[in-house]
Parts: sequence; C-alpha cells; structure tokens
Amino acid sequence: MLLTLSIFIPTAAGLLILMIPRRMETLQRYVALSGTAVSFILTVIVFLNFNGSTSNFQFEESWIWVSSLGITYHLGVDGISLFLILLTTFLTFLCIISSWGSVKERIKEYHFFLLLLETGMVGVFCALDFFLFYVFWELMLVPMYFLIGIWGGPRRVYAAVKFFIYTMAGSVLMLVGILYLYFNTVDPVTGGRTFDILLITRQCHFPLGIQTWLFLAFGFAFAIKVPMFPFHTWLPDAHVEAPTAGSVLLAGVLLKMGTFGFLRFCLPMFPEAAIRFVPLISILALIGILYGALVSMVQKDIKKLVAYSSVAHLGFVMLGMFAFNLQGMAGSLLQQINHGLSTGALFLLVGVVYDRRHTRLIEDYGGIAKGMPLYASLFMIVMLSSIGVPGFNGFVGEFLILLGTFKANITYGVLGAAGVILAAVYLLWMYQRVFLGKIVHPENEKLHDCTAREAFVLIALIVFIIWIGVYPEPFLSRMEPSLQAVLDRIQEVSTAAPLVP
Amino acid sequence: MPFPLSHLLHFTPELILIVGFVVLMIVDLIRPLRRAAGILALVILAAAGVVAMFGWPGTSQTIFATYSHDPFALFFKVFFCLATIVAVLFSLASFKTDAEYYLLLVGSALGMSLLSGAHDLILLFLTIEMVSIPSYILAGVYRGQRSSGEAALKYVLYGAVSTGVMLFGMSLLYGLTGSTDFDLIRNHFLQGSSSPITLFLAMLLILAGIGYKVAMVPFHFWCPDVYEGAPTPITAFFSVAPKAAGFAALLRLTVTLLPRGWEAGWDWPMLFTLASAATMTLGNLAAIAQQNLKRLLAYSSIAHAGYLLMGFAAASDLGFQAVLFYLIVYLFMNYGAFFVVDIVSRKEGSELLRDFRGLGYRAPYVAAAFSIFLFSLVGLPPLAGFIGKFYLFGALIDQGMVPLAVIGVLNSVVSLWYYVKIIREMFLRDPLKPVPLLTGVGAKVLLLALMIPIFVMGVYWSPIIAVAGEAFQLVLP
Repeated sequence: MLLTLSIFIPTAAGLLILMIPRRMETLQRYVALSGTAVSFILTVIVFLNFNGSTSNFQFEESWIWVSSLGITYHLGVDGISLFLILLTTFLTFLCIISSWGSVKERIKEYHFFLLLLETGMVGVFCALDFFLFYVFWELMLVPMYFLIGIWGGPRRVYAAVKFFIYTMAGSVLMLVGILYLYFNTVDPVTGGRTFDILLITRQCHFPLGIQTWLFLAFGFAFAIKVPMFPFHTWLPDAHVEAPTAGSVLLAGVLLKMGTFGFLRFCLPMFPEAAIRFVPLISILALIGILYGALVSMVQKDIKKLVAYSSVAHLGFVMLGMFAFNLQGMAGSLLQQINHGLSTGALFLLVGVVYDRRHTRLIEDYGGIAKGMPLYASLFMIVMLSSIGVPGFNGFVGEFLILLGTFKANITYGVLGAAGVILAAVYLLWMYQRVFLGKIVHPENEKLHDCTAREAFVLIALIVFIIWIGVYPEPFLSRMEPSLQAVLDRIQEVSTAAPLVP
Repeated sequence: MPFPLSHLLHFTPELILIVGFVVLMIVDLIRPLRRAAGILALVILAAAGVVAMFGWPGTSQTIFATYSHDPFALFFKVFFCLATIVAVLFSLASFKTDAEYYLLLVGSALGMSLLSGAHDLILLFLTIEMVSIPSYILAGVYRGQRSSGEAALKYVLYGAVSTGVMLFGMSLLYGLTGSTDFDLIRNHFLQGSSSPITLFLAMLLILAGIGYKVAMVPFHFWCPDVYEGAPTPITAFFSVAPKAAGFAALLRLTVTLLPRGWEAGWDWPMLFTLASAATMTLGNLAAIAQQNLKRLLAYSSIAHAGYLLMGFAAASDLGFQAVLFYLIVYLFMNYGAFFVVDIVSRKEGSELLRDFRGLGYRAPYVAAAFSIFLFSLVGLPPLAGFIGKFYLFGALIDQGMVPLAVIGVLNSVVSLWYYVKIIREMFLRDPLKPVPLLTGVGAKVLLLALMIPIFVMGVYWSPIIAVAGEAFQLVLP
C-alpha cells in the first residue's frame, strides 16, 4: 500500500485544493505542502525498509485491473527506481516550499497541476505493468503543459506547445512498441496475453531485426525525454520558460524518465539491439556533452546556461549507461540523482535572483556576492557539485562513469573527460561575471540575501549533495544488485556478439 | 413463408418510436402543447431505448426474411436512442424550436433503429433514406439564415448523388445474384459464379455510397460546409448519430458479405487500410488551418472516421469490437465538444477561435470541460478516448498491420496540434473582454453528464467492452 499511497496522496490533496475557496490561498498551500510531505515521508519509509541485497522488486502490489486484456495494477521498486522515486517526492516537496513566495497567481490551479504531476512521475517509476506505465507517462504531459504555459516566462506559450508535441510524438511510437510486445508475448502461467513488465522482460526473445525496431520505437520516446543530442531542441525552450518549480521538476525528474526508460526497458528487453546501438548512442552522448558545454559557454541568460548544461550532464548519464559495465552503470544511475539535486538546486538559485530582479541576463548582474554572501556561498557549493569537484556528489558520478567508459572504450573516455573540463569553464566564468567584480548596476546594491525559506530549501539539497559526495556507499550498494541483473541480461546474449564493439 | 405475428414484438422499440412520431405530429397541431414537444420526444426516445435495452442480449434470428434481430441491432438501437436523447437535451438547452424539429429527430432515430437490423438491400436502402431525409430538413432548420439553407441544399445535393451511386451498386448486385437478401447474396458469392470485377464494382459503389454518410475520404467534401452551416445541436447530432448509422451499415455489410479470408475477389482490408490512412491524415491536416471551431470539429470528425476505419482494416473480431467501443466513447466526447462550442457561440455570436480566448478565466468550468473533451479526442490517458484508440491500434498490431498503426499514432500527434491550439487559446491567453461568461445550471449538468462517462470509461471499461464484444455476434448463415 505504501507505493499506492505515495502515488495518489498528491492527487487527493490536489482534488482537495480544488474544493477550497479561491481566496483561502494559504490553506491551499498548506494542503499542497502536507500532500507532498506525506508522500515524501512514505517514500523514505520505503527507502528505510528496502532490502539492498537483492535485485527483486520489493513492496510489490498487484491487482487485476482488466482481466480480459491482462492488465494489472502492478507496482514495485527495485534498486533502480528507489532513488528516482525518492528524488521525485523530495524535489516536489521542496518545489512547493520554494513556490510559496514566488508564485502568486492562480495558486489553486498551480498546486493542483504540481500535485497531479507528482502522481504521474512517481507512478512512472513504480509501474510494473505497461498499460499502467503508459497511463502515468502520458499523465505527466498535461500538468506540465499548463505549468509552463500559464506560469511560465514571456515565450511560455510557444515553449509549452513545443514541449507537449515533442513528447507526445515520442510516446505514441512507444505505444506501438508496447502493443507489439503485448501481442507477441504469452504469459507462461495463464497462456493468455499480458502487459506485465516483469513477465514480458522475462519472455521476450525477439530476433535481432525486430529487436532493433522495438529498440527504436522505445528509444525514440526516451531519447526525446533525456534529451539525446538531435532531439534536445525542446529542452532550452521548456526549461527557460517554465516557472522555477517547473524547471526543477523538468530537469530533476522528467529528464530521468528517459534514462530510466533505457535502463528499465531498452537494455533488458532488447539486449542484442542495445549492443548494436552502443556506438551510435555513445557518439550522440559525446556530442551532447561537448555541444551542451560549448553552447552553455556562450549563453547570456543564466537559466538557459543551466538548461544547456543539462544536455551535457545527461550525455554523461547515457555514456555511462552504454558502457555496459557495473562502474559505468552505477555512475550513470548515481549521476541521474546528482543531476536532479544539483541542477534542481541551480534552477532554484536562479529563481531566487529572478524573483528579486526579474532578469536572468548575466550582464545585468555582477558583484552581487557582496550584498548576498549566503546566496553566493550556496551557489558556489552547488556549482562545484555540478562541475564535479571531489567531495561533492558530481565527482563520484562522473568519476564512475568515466571509469566505466575507459574500460569499455578509451576514445569515448578521453572525449568524455574533456567535457568535464568544459563544464568547469562555463560555470566558473558565469559565477565570476555574476558574483564577483564591482557592482555595475545600482539596482544590485540593495538586493537582500536569501530568506530563511529559500535557504532551507537549498540547504536541504546541499545536505544530500555533500552526503553523496563524501559517502556514496548507502546509495551505490542498494543500486548494485538491480544493475547487475540488467548487466547479466546483456552479458547473456553478448557471448555470441563481442560486448565491447 | 408465413410470418408469425409474434415477431412483431421484436420491433417494440420501433413501434414506440412510430407511435411517438404520430403523437408528436398531433402535438404540433395543438398550440398549447407545442412547448412540451421536446420533453415528449425525450420520453419517447427513452422508452424506446429502455425497451431495447431490456431485450439485451436476446437470441439471434432473422425475422420477416429481411431483418436481423440480434445483439448487434439491439446495441445500435440503444446507441441511437441515446444519441438522439443527447441531441434533444442539447437542443432544449440551446434554442427554442417547434415540435416539428423534435418530430424530425424522432423520425431520424426511427430510421436508424430500423437500419441497425437491415438484412436486405432494399430495406437497407430505405432505412438509409429514412435517416437522410430528416437530416436534410434538420440542416436547414434555421429558416431565416442563409448558411443554414446553404448547408441543407449542399447536403441534399451530395446526399442525392451518393444515394444514386449506392442504388446503382445495389442494382448491379441484384442483377448479378438475383436476390436482395444478404444471406442469398453471400451464398451466391461463395459459389463464385459471377465475374469478380463486376462484383467488386458493385460492392465498391455500395461502399462509396455509405462512405458519403460516414464522411470517408474521398467522399467527405460535403462535411465541413454542412457542419458549419447547420445549427450546432444538429451538427453535433450529424457528427454522431447518422455517422454511427453509416458505420452500422458498413459493419453489417462487411461482416456478412466480405468476411476475412474470402473477400469477393478483392483485398478489402487493403482498401479499408488506404481509406483509413487517407481519411485520418486529410482530416487532421485540414483541421490544423481552421479558425472556425465548427469547421475544425468537422474535420476532426472526418479524422475520427479514419480512426474508426482502422477497425475495418484490421477486419478481425477485435477490430470490430474496437469500432463499437470507440463509437460509444466518441458519442460522449464529440457531443461534449460541440456543446461547448454552442454555449460559447450563442454568447459571442460566432464560433471563431478568438471567441475562445481566455475562456478559462471567463468560464472556468466550461473551459475545463472542453479541455477534457479535447484531450479525450486526442486520446490521452486516463480518458476514454485513449482506451478507444488503444483497442483500435491494438487490433491493427494484432493483425501485424504495424505501418497503419504508426500512421494512426502519428495522426494523433497531428491532431494534438489543433486541439491544443484551442486549449492554448482558452488558458494560456488573456481574454479579450474580461467579463465572466455565464452558463445555466442545465448546461452545466449536461456537460457533467457527458464528462462522467469519459472519466469512468477511461479507468474502468470492462463492462462496456464486454457489451461491444457481445454485440458483435451477428446473424450468420
């Protein structure tokens, strides 16, 4: 029941908010806050009771939903989804707090959509039935569309529609893939058809040609979400125009749906195709790393800079995943969490100055460290973690990814390492121009430092940033059995084909 | 062959409609009673629908040698009664009109009910005309309005051509087989004595005639003009009921005369595949450019005819079951969408996209309901429209027809573009005149009544799909 509750309590809170009269705004905020808090606490309970020594799914719930089609309401967590679920509920909780001061219009609808989004996000990570998965997957689109479109920046309408259509285009092809899997696998127990992800994963052994098509059908949806290099164009628009909370959840959670999809479906279900796609995906990932970093470097808008840095970070995640060894994959999964924490924090930090100055252009700032020492130090910590400085979480993730990549292919490894250096360049340069030097604009003299609420949200994130940086063991040890299971599945088929291309 | 009079009992729903039709005619003559005509029509239709429902599922038999009394016919009888009831409610909420108007709606429902069981070429033709002729008059019911008259005239002209084409096909078929009874024609087909080319031509002409009724490409030209010109409640009615009637006729013809495996010397599923792909693609692409929402929804309804044809392309039990299910879902979401257009256009005087600007802030409930209907038309879970499309795509993939399924899903993305355009206008733009747009309680209740099935069937649709499956047990020799 824990998972069901953590998925649907946010929706219940959202519906409750809709019934509260419009003028009682504070009450609406408190209801949203408690909804997300309860959901977060429930996932923490899941984390504490999680058995990290097995790759089996835990906290499973299974109910028959539509028996004639073999649809079940089947939920569960393993080492792969555990941390993504925690990340989701944690970030949503923080987003509600951070919106307290910054969102002042249409509070009711805002919180309703945010809570509905949480249901979709947690649901996607927990679902073990393809039908259910797809429902949650699509459920995220509508709230995100409205969050960007109503509470977003000046070009919000364009960004919202682009986001919606791009993501939908990817997911409908996945639907065809899902239906194909459904009609071509048989439940060994009942002899009927099934949408159960675990059964399908176990049963599906397709010839390479079909695997390739299926990999593409699923991979296209995920590649758009990640976003992989040629499909990334929706990202800068959506991230920049979205309200702060929207950007945090987009970067922190929604992008992870893509990488999670690769890890959960593409690799174990179509391992032979996955091996064939290693060069393509690795090269696209490397292009993403270098391109993302170079484009970030020339951005004038801080938020856009952070948005493009996501393209680079997610490139690392994909590179590590397709190294097909335990280091690379563990790094990849850990880096997903890291990116959620660090980039989420960066977007929140950008939101802090934006609320004060209503501009995000780097040239409008300069020297603000003097007036906002706390803000400047928090920004520094988060930035260092994003760069991947030892002692912070980013280092552990990127180190493992590069370790795995070097083991698999030295060329990829060398190119990837270059991306780490570029990340340092664009972030440090931006920091220098925004925080250091003299104050050129008189408006920046009177900026007040972080409020207690802003500081609380950021420090909550920084605690985890440093924890993972110093002692990643509790995280890595819980991931390993599940990742090993995926890896075993790939190695099973790779005896025929060489693992390292 | 003697016909036991007890068979007449199977026609109870139709008999109720006939009696109701006559009563309405009399009511029209008595001035003080005229105002109650709408309510009376509701009672008549509800009675017929309930009676039909009580007969469910019944036994399958052919009566009077021309008529199938089977679950399929019953399914559609209930469907048509429901569709007409919604149209009456819609009209009551929308505009005041004479008893004549309701008389025509009931007459149309009678034609559709009879059509659902037609098992004979002549009966099929007569019932199709029984549906069409009231439709022509209904399209022109706004006597003072030019566009309404134009719509009616166009409808008559196109309709007459299509009827002629269909009748020509039927006469060919009769000439080839010497019979008008579906069973006898089928037997003749199975013997394979006629030339396949002539048979193909005959069937093609008949299907083209029905293709007009369902607005299948390339027989769709009348649809946007008629839909735009006719009064909105009537447009909504056209887009649901007579279209479903066309599909009912098409289903019975395909299943009894063109069963899979033996296809009258021609690859019929292939033909339906092409028709389906062309219909949905053209409908969706044309809808993108529309500024008038009635026209936009007209093209969207063409696209939906294309989706429904996917079930015919699959030509499997699952495919036909999916068509029936989709029709039910389509009834609610399409009526809902047209109803909102009607609510707004009555206040604003036109139904252009810009009239909907900022509607989310002027009439939040109506705009939210509209979004639900539109998202359901796109096929987003967890709404019923998604389940409908899920079954249609599933039926295709089950038959290994992945390319058409891919065309179908890509069409969904195209359709998202123009449906979202409306939602964008309503919620993401500020209103031109920031005054609340007030709606009556009756309209709100009707919207809710149309929304609830969309939510419920999006999550729990097992009973409905079971009914659709059962309805599909046709009378077969």
